[in-house]
Amino acid sequence: MPSVQHVSPKKGDVLVLVGTMKGAFVLTADRARKKWKVGGPYSIGSPVYAMAYDNRQGRHRLWWATQSFRWGTFLSSSDDFGKTATQPEAYSVKFPAESGLTLKNIWQLQLPTGEPETIYCGVEPSTLFVSRDAGQSWSPVQGHLDHPHRAKWTPGGGGMCLHTIVPHPADRKRMIIAMSTGGVYRTNDGGATWQARNQGVRAEFLPEKYPEFGQCVHKVVRDPANPNRLYLQNHWGLYRSDDDGDNWKDIAKGVPSDFGFAMAGHPHDPDTVYIVPIESDEYRCTPEGKLRVYRTRNGGGSWEALTRGLPQKNALETVLRDSMSTDSLDPAGVYFGTRSGKLYGSNDEGKSWQLIQEGLPAIVCVKTGVVGDGVATSPRRHGGAEKKKAKKKGSGKKSRR
Amino acid sequence: MPVIINIPSYLATFAGGQRSVKLASSPATVNEALDALWKLHPALRDRVLDEQNQVRQHINVFVGDESIRFAQGLATPVAEGIEILIVPAVSGG
Repeated sequence: MPSVQHVSPKKGDVLVLVGTMKGAFVLTADRARKKWKVGGPYSIGSPVYAMAYDNRQGRHRLWWATQSFRWGTFLSSSDDFGKTATQPEAYSVKFPAESGLTLKNIWQLQLPTGEPETIYCGVEPSTLFVSRDAGQSWSPVQGHLDHPHRAKWTPGGGGMCLHTIVPHPADRKRMIIAMSTGGVYRTNDGGATWQARNQGVRAEFLPEKYPEFGQCVHKVVRDPANPNRLYLQNHWGLYRSDDDGDNWKDIAKGVPSDFGFAMAGHPHDPDTVYIVPIESDEYRCTPEGKLRVYRTRNGGGSWEALTRGLPQKNALETVLRDSMSTDSLDPAGVYFGTRSGKLYGSNDEGKSWQLIQEGLPAIVCVKTGVVGDGVATSPRRHGGAEKKKAKKKGSGKKSRR
Repeated sequence: MPVIINIPSYLATFAGGQRSVKLASSPATVNEALDALWKLHPALRDRVLDEQNQVRQHINVFVGDESIRFAQGLATPVAEGIEILIVPAVSGG
């Protein structure tokens, strides 16, 4: 067994939570984000597909999901960054016996701002669970569990999973979720009912290329300034919606492949999204052996390759759907992990990259947090005060990067 | 003669460190024996059984030398004085 290291981050430090196929790691650095300390592994030997940091209500609580090959899947939490962790007597995320379902994995943890006691988790087989008491007890969202489409949702390569949960920041009753396969669904009534929202999203692997549902959506992110604007990385296809998922349009012009898994939104800047294109669903490695993050800063109108510090030869890498995140600082940090166990980070919004850690087990989850920062960050708006201020100082965004 | 249930080291951490639990009752089946075990050590239940009350896929339960998968499952009879073994299957990656 490897020796377990612990970290003791201070208020204001940045956390990068890394879930791997052999346990969880917690990396921390000060706001410069140049020197990192590594804690872990926790849940040694087990896949950890979901992690989150709950800093709401003054908490300092890490959550992670252990998928023990033998002993089942369960949530643990730690209030001291991993030094001690809960060992639940009874597992908290469980299907009711009458559902006939058994929990295979927990793919996603989502902590909505403005609802400090609420946590959502997305699981395999595809189901949304909710806790209204900060993670102590959980129940399936009945409207999703009983959805009439359920029998027609089928497993993708990773299993039949609900892997993406995107609350609406201005309306607690609205939420987007995404499943592989199944596609995007939205509720407008707090989870009582769910409507498929896949119009314009291609299903290359089905006879009907644009079905109501059944798409293999890999990740959806929301624009920080315009909450009705969403971006979607599909199993073949890159899309944007300007009406909270009602319609999707192709924005894959200027990328080497429209196949990919990971997608992360900028925490403040509107229209800014990061992806890592992957070559084909058979090959599933970075095109041309080059590890490139692509960024759009105009809502998918164009894309630029971000490569400084990333290997551009013989880099046959795969970055999975939850293995990319941004932090909430300014300038924003961007982080991603590879299936080959390398964690890269940028402390300048993608302009340059640093290999933070290598030799980790296959990375399946990368999430971030700022210690003690329980306040949601404010988005910037085009033409808003931030931009005017930057222009006045002569340090506009373009020159800054 | 009491029935004894032997558990692996991982589960012993949820059973006060015991690797062997002696049941005071006389269960007729594996299901009854496990129910008695959960009463003594509730944290063991979800680690061994899933939501459908089935032994998890990568765990084996033996009555004496016989795997219950090749007998009557949880309905496998338990003779007085026999030992039940809960053991992780050879699996993983």
